Amino acid sequence: MRFLLSCSLLLLAGPVLIAEPAFAETIFVSNEKDNQIAVVDGDSLQIKNKIKVGRRPRGITLSADGTQLYVCVGDDNRIDVLDIASGKIVHTLPSGPDPELFVLSPDGKKLYVANENDNMVTVIDVAERKAIGNIQVGVEPEGMGISPDGRILVNTSETTNMAHFIDTEKHTVVGNVLVDSRPRVARFTDDGKQVWVSSEIGGTVSVIDAAAHKVIKKIRFEVTGVRREAIQAVGIQMTRDGKRAFVALGPANRIAEVDTDSFEVKRYFLVGQRVWNLAFSPDEKRLYTTNGISNDLSVIDLERNKVIKSIPVGGAPWGIVVKP
Amino acid sequence: MILIGYLARQEDPRTPLSFLEPVATDEGLQGARLALADNNMTGAFLKQSYRLVEQTLPQDGDIATGVKALADEGVRFVVADLPADALLAAAGLPEAKSMLLFNARATDDTLRNERCRTNILHTAPSRRMLADALAQYLAWKKWTRWSLLSGRDPGDALYAEAVRRAAKRFGGRIVDEKSWTFDTGNRRTDTGVTTIQSDIPLATQGADYDVLVVADEAGDFGDYLDGRTWYPRPVAGTQGLTATAWSRVNEQWGGTQLQSRFEKLAGRWMTPRDYAAWLAVRSIGEAAARTNAAGFDDLSAYLHSPDFELAGFKGEALSFRAWDGQMRQPILIAGPRMLVSVSPQEGFLHPVTPLDTLGDDAPESKCRLNR
Repeated sequence: MRFLLSCSLLLLAGPVLIAEPAFAETIFVSNEKDNQIAVVDGDSLQIKNKIKVGRRPRGITLSADGTQLYVCVGDDNRIDVLDIASGKIVHTLPSGPDPELFVLSPDGKKLYVANENDNMVTVIDVAERKAIGNIQVGVEPEGMGISPDGRILVNTSETTNMAHFIDTEKHTVVGNVLVDSRPRVARFTDDGKQVWVSSEIGGTVSVIDAAAHKVIKKIRFEVTGVRREAIQAVGIQMTRDGKRAFVALGPANRIAEVDTDSFEVKRYFLVGQRVWNLAFSPDEKRLYTTNGISNDLSVIDLERNKVIKSIPVGGAPWGIVVKP
Repeated sequence: MILIGYLARQEDPRTPLSFLEPVATDEGLQGARLALADNNMTGAFLKQSYRLVEQTLPQDGDIATGVKALADEGVRFVVADLPADALLAAAGLPEAKSMLLFNARATDDTLRNERCRTNILHTAPSRRMLADALAQYLAWKKWTRWSLLSGRDPGDALYAEAVRRAAKRFGGRIVDEKSWTFDTGNRRTDTGVTTIQSDIPLATQGADYDVLVVADEAGDFGDYLDGRTWYPRPVAGTQGLTATAWSRVNEQWGGTQLQSRFEKLAGRWMTPRDYAAWLAVRSIGEAAARTNAAGFDDLSAYLHSPDFELAGFKGEALSFRAWDGQMRQPILIAGPRMLVSVSPQEGFLHPVTPLDTLGDDAPESKCRLNR
């Protein structure tokens, strides 16, 4: 009863809070607990559809042409390929055991998948639908980032606590950088010069010089009234102009905004509980976040710097992508 | 090459009352072996390597022989899978003066207080940490009236003592105390069920309570209680709802990976003893990776420093308390088949870290280490 009431209040509040003109984008969220992809209309901010996929969907990413969504379904040891127009799984890709996160090469031809249980990165040829290589990395591979030119792949290993730099032509490790405990997400800056790596247990973001394989800055976070242990850095996104970076802080229930020149934290946004991942709207006027414990999606207005809405999306929302 | 010793004595295999649990003969050791593999995997990227020197003495074997053998091999980090007295005997030997021992077994509170030693770090939680973790959860549930049922082993009395202290700290009230006086004997007897069914109501009669807290560390009778008690009340403590450092039911915080790696290696579930040994060996690996050093003094200094942090699949960083060498860590509240909660509970506040609401905090510690 209480749940119904709060839902209807949100629905009532929706149109009043959203002053922006129409958004055409579609937001996809993987619900880890529900085994579903929630499809949210960026205009009305209403759920349009929920699509059943394999068990424990986490990492999701769009195909290069934007017509398909790749979904890591860890408990089924595969990647489901979802046709967006029909809302149906059209085929699967062989990912190796327990895929959690992956990254698509800039040309859209290869998927690099982290296999948590096997200390391996699997390379998949998307068109051929087969694995074409494995790269041995540290214990519990997790985050995956790729350089804008597609030549360097960065994988993080959660128990080894490293960012492994991998040559994508030779499939060999060319550098290893030690970062704080339980590294999660790795993200290249658009100029390819830096890699930002978040550490969940360490609660920091290491900024790595991509050429020198050296940590040049460690960004720390401090939120008044939140205990240090609850600050767990995970998702990272940066605006295309390279000026604003956003970091999800997990059980601190905050998104930190970091100035990419000074590496100073400019502000914190209070979002839902245990925020793991985040994605921009195509015009970068909004930031969407997945909150795994409060089971919702927060919408941040980046022009007014305000959290404007939360949308219940399903059980344990994890990954998020936005299709223009 | 970083050498890590593993010191244990042969013991009679532990035979759990439940047939669902295997009889394990390699508890602890398999945890150390897994962490060694994890260390070497990471070490491969840093040009560091580790070797485990396993030293298992006969049941009546002299501890000094084991420590000397390790010292002769040049081992200075030693994971001790030993009860309290044997651990102290090892730590007091001249060879151990230049060693760092990791207590991966003994939960005795005196080891963190009156009998603490500068050359011991504890990766096993203390009884007080376990009892405090359970008490916080029971307080959160508002199950404040406890009946305490203790076994006859010396460890059971010490566990009961920790429970009494936890009751005082977190608002529990012990309304009744009883000792287990029945003989349980072998787990496999044809008429066992009939006898137990009539014994348990007798043993648990008395003042009414919210929860029956059982102190039975060896698992001699505790698993018989649930479903047979005089009052229809839950069982908690060493059996039933259990406060523990590790349990197979935990797959939170990436625990799935540790559980599956362990099962692949050992062919059985990871126990708290395996977990404590894993923590010890991983701590050394973490110190070596962070300092990029292999020397004993560098690693030991880092392990004792406030910079040291270890990820232990329990949602936050683990580190060693400066005042008694105890590893601070969340404690799982585990049911027999599901994870129920994890302590410290929300709302039990501490000026430094809520983890220090479990066990002996600096002001109350009787350990006076001259570090």
